[in-house]
Amino acid sequence: MSPVNPVNPVNPVLQVQDVSVTRGHRTVLSNVSFTIGRGELVALMGASGSGKTTMLRAIAGLDPFDEGAIVLDDVRLEGGAPKTRSTLRLTSRKVGMVFQFHYLFEHLSALENVCLAPIHAHGVSRGDAAAHALELLKTLSVEHRATALPRELSGGEAQRVAIARALAVDPPLLLMDEPTASLDNARRAELGALLRRLTSESRTLLIATHDEDFARDWATRMLRLRDGRIDGST
Amino acid sequence: MNPFARNNLFARSVAVAAIVLGAFAVHVVPVAAADPPVLRWAGDPEGGAPFVEADPTDPNRLVGFDVEIAELIARRLGRTPRFVLVAFASLDQSIARGDADIALSGIEDTRARRALLSSTIPYYEFREVLAVRNEDASRIHGLSDLSGRKVATLGGTIAYEILLGAEREFGLQPVSYDDDVHPYQDLVLGRVDAVLLDNVLADRRRRTIQGFSVIPQSMATGHYVAVLSTRNAALRDTVDNILREAMRNGALERIFRKWNVWSDDQRALYDRLIARQTVEPMTVTAGAGGRDIGRGALDQLGAGQPDAAQPGAGQPEVSRQASVDAAPSASAGRDTSQWAAARRYLPALLKASVVTIVLSFLAMALAVALGVLIASGRVYGNRLLRTALVGYVELVRGTPVLLQLFVLYYGIASAVRLPAFLAALVGLALNYAAYESEIYRGALEAVPSGQIDAARILGLSERQVLTLVRGPQAFRLALAPMTNDFVALLKDSSLVSVLTVMELTKQTQIFATNIGSWVLPGSMCAGLYLAMSLPIAALARRLEERWKAPTQ
Repeated sequence: MSPVNPVNPVNPVLQVQDVSVTRGHRTVLSNVSFTIGRGELVALMGASGSGKTTMLRAIAGLDPFDEGAIVLDDVRLEGGAPKTRSTLRLTSRKVGMVFQFHYLFEHLSALENVCLAPIHAHGVSRGDAAAHALELLKTLSVEHRATALPRELSGGEAQRVAIARALAVDPPLLLMDEPTASLDNARRAELGALLRRLTSESRTLLIATHDEDFARDWATRMLRLRDGRIDGST
Repeated sequence: MNPFARNNLFARSVAVAAIVLGAFAVHVVPVAAADPPVLRWAGDPEGGAPFVEADPTDPNRLVGFDVEIAELIARRLGRTPRFVLVAFASLDQSIARGDADIALSGIEDTRARRALLSSTIPYYEFREVLAVRNEDASRIHGLSDLSGRKVATLGGTIAYEILLGAEREFGLQPVSYDDDVHPYQDLVLGRVDAVLLDNVLADRRRRTIQGFSVIPQSMATGHYVAVLSTRNAALRDTVDNILREAMRNGALERIFRKWNVWSDDQRALYDRLIARQTVEPMTVTAGAGGRDIGRGALDQLGAGQPDAAQPGAGQPEVSRQASVDAAPSASAGRDTSQWAAARRYLPALLKASVVTIVLSFLAMALAVALGVLIASGRVYGNRLLRTALVGYVELVRGTPVLLQLFVLYYGIASAVRLPAFLAALVGLALNYAAYESEIYRGALEAVPSGQIDAARILGLSERQVLTLVRGPQAFRLALAPMTNDFVALLKDSSLVSVLTVMELTKQTQIFATNIGSWVLPGSMCAGLYLAMSLPIAALARRLEERWKAPTQ
């Protein structure tokens, strides 16, 4: 299935073309295709085990896939190619990711977590990186926790720091895995509003979630994965 | 004398096992018979010929002049000799405890020994002789010619005490060994510049090791005695009479002639003993640096002073009758002398502690650096590198560190001649690196893969992932086991004394041998080790607290 992108079909931020993933004897993804345009906030829906996380990890270049292709702007990943470090080097410029369990670096403060990649991977000066990081933390309403260590943060705070960390290198596409998993209703609404605010022509969001209400309330479009296939797009 | 020969660990173990089994067989068989009284005599076959050694043609049999003297004593007592294997360094304690009735194993006569145990009259007089490399023989004539040079001997002996005195007087550097083979080997190799040991040992090494000469003039004379527990003073008196009879009738002469160690010195010694004259434990030869060398240390050993008579001091003849009455005052005197010895040895113990701590810190730093490299190689390397590193780790973990130290210092000496401290440092570091690498590998693999994914997707290179994210987190996980290893290393550093490095345990051993008791030296040594290890543990606890690993 290859849905036409209604927002900007001419210059999509992501094209997934007939991607299949097999793990052992199990087919995790089977001929999955979809396109995401700039400025969208797309929810990739599906029950646990439907292949959402596998899809996100393939897009991010973290795991290889067996068939098809993934096109991120001018970067094209081919199915069947072995996992290499150069793949990640290419995708890391195009994609940011917020993991379900955040995976903040436990030995660094919130601010240091956000500054790490700009300083070491992008050569930004420490002062500029810190100023930008503080700005991001402020946007995400966690600037008061800048010096806290990850273990001192609440689940919601840790998620916001993780979002700030991903945004600090300014990726055109931000992937989020189950962002509402550990949030109560009030926090979910706050997160939804925040994600909407973050979405712009230069920043597109793809969130994997099984939370129907959240997706319906905040996503601009929903893709449904069932048994490794795209089951529908609304 | 402590003529250990550690040059062949395996052969030694086999020989010792054979002797123990043999002794066991001898013990089991006659029990059913008439049960003749037994004389349990202790010695250390590691000392080797001509003292006590396993018969090269029949390892179940012991041979040596001490064996024959023990048999002679047993025969005259109407008893059956039964050998008890005791490590040389433990002979005094073992006799005091009652593990055996009498010990003969080239035991030196010292004043401390006379105070703690019942020593027999001496049965052999030896000379402390200086051995130098052939090319130095024309230049070196005594200890005073060895300023700034290294002089080797056995730890805990009269010769060692003489060297300590000469260190103060002439500035030479004493090096203590655990056996009498390696001092001469190292002399020929150039690791030391002279060896001071008794003539019996020097002569036997001259037969197997080429390239050194013995200076004719002796530095001191001393004696071998048999020792018994103070409870056995009566038996000692009987043994003295047996020895004196054997001196008179030529039995001892025959034994020493058979072992090629008879000299006119023995005739003179026997004449004095038969005439019931007193014999000082040792006499320092004038000109050997003995006039001024560490009077305190030599007094402890019982050195004779030509112009200052010491009535009753360490004279078996005089104290013989009074031994029971004198016991309380003797033990009181021993206490004060122990405290005096403690004060005398404290600077040496502190100096040895510095060696221990410097060695441990340097070895640990090296082990950590190597361990990190090995662990990184095992986690990130290709198959060939991983296999090689696994091989290294298993080889090091699967063999005793003592063996590794021996190989490094003695085994490869013909190719690479490492100085003792460096060999000790490298040996400990290479050994601990294997253990550290396993800790780091485990810690690296314990860092959640999600953390590593998160770092990679941010665009960090693999090296940056390791140095900025994975490494620091692994380090926190590794801290507790590392501290544990460091404290273990601090104590394992005592093993390097086999390479002549004078660290704390070795110094304590010498101290204990010198005063004939482990109580005070052991306590001081334990206190010093604790003073080093407790702050390390406390520091590690603080660091762990600060970098507490996440609990999620």
